[in-house]
Amino acid sequence: MRRRALRMALWVGVAIALSPSAVEAHLVTTGLGPVYDGISHFILTPADLIPVLALALLAGLRGAPHARASLIILPAAWLAGGLAGLVISHRLSPAWTTASFLVLGGLVAADARLNRPATIALTVALGLLHGMLNGQAMAPPGPGLAGLVGVAGMLFALVALASALVVSLRAPWARVVVRVAGSWIAAIGLLLLGWSLRPGM
Amino acid sequence: MTPSISGRRAAAGLVAFLAMAAIAQPALAHVEPGQAGGFLNGLRHPVSGLDHVVAMVAVGLWGAQLGAPAMWLLPITFPMVMALGGMLGLMGVPLPGVEIGIALSALMLGVMVLAEARPPLAVAAILVGFFAIFHGHAHGTELPPGENGLLYSAGFVTATGLLHAAGIAIGLIHRWRSGRRLLRAAGAAIAMAGAVYLWRAFA
Repeated sequence: MRRRALRMALWVGVAIALSPSAVEAHLVTTGLGPVYDGISHFILTPADLIPVLALALLAGLRGAPHARASLIILPAAWLAGGLAGLVISHRLSPAWTTASFLVLGGLVAADARLNRPATIALTVALGLLHGMLNGQAMAPPGPGLAGLVGVAGMLFALVALASALVVSLRAPWARVVVRVAGSWIAAIGLLLLGWSLRPGM
Repeated sequence: MTPSISGRRAAAGLVAFLAMAAIAQPALAHVEPGQAGGFLNGLRHPVSGLDHVVAMVAVGLWGAQLGAPAMWLLPITFPMVMALGGMLGLMGVPLPGVEIGIALSALMLGVMVLAEARPPLAVAAILVGFFAIFHGHAHGTELPPGENGLLYSAGFVTATGLLHAAGIAIGLIHRWRSGRRLLRAAGAAIAMAGAVYLWRAFA
């Protein structure tokens, strides 16, 4: 009886191990649907996550009015860029994201005294550029508009958390740590530029 | 009937096999291969050569000796200028005397720590930035092909920054008299290491 049960279990194990599953080539999906794919997008895409954090740090360094403006405008601009990316067939080069690293990281490192319109302009530019790239990558059969909605929701949460943290910083050394983070982001941007200009690339 | 030991082992093996089979996942073909490898390789690269390590730690030690704002300015300057050097290396722009520059950086920065030198802030930043170019260029030309550029760069910059942070943390002993002596001794050791690297570069 015991041996029979063991043999049965062995066959079931072999059947599970060998059962075919769909290969998910070129797509990183959560298996929970397009909205959750959009929400998890930033965990899987540092090329988008790092510039967003840089913008949140920049807005946070400049104070609550700048952070509030970025909080609302960035998801809207990202969504608008994403919608444009869904319908425009001309493909943008992902190498453009290097500019986001360089500009935003450099401004954070320099603790640049931007006025609010300048922060808003940077926010719109970042949202449109990265949103458009996301839209092109998420066009059907990808997550599509639902994925972009997930991305926008996650953006709101990310910018809210990161910029609120920086706005609350009072100690001078803590603000310097933020500037050091900005210098690292700019340094990554410089290296990315080198990678993209590497001979044979 | 009591099951034999071999029967128990077989049952345990079967349960383990079933557990593994039940949690098996489909292969995600072509999904971002080597991303973790890219970050970890980048993280490992700056600590792979002692000549780089001693110079980067020396930047942190010297910054801690100088105090604010140099303590923060120097570790901001070094990664940014080093990345510029790395960019030149990646682009294939030649830079003469890279190994000599790296050895001199350890020697000079060690001497600065040993002497507790206090030049004007701009001079200290220019000195650190000048040597950072050589370190960055060496890294840039050594970067392996086929890595994920972004994750490799992120790991590379993070490791460099952490080495500076380690130098600053060690340099905080500067507030005690015996700590100041120890720091100067560390500077002497770094300068001697730089002299050895310089000797090797010319040999």
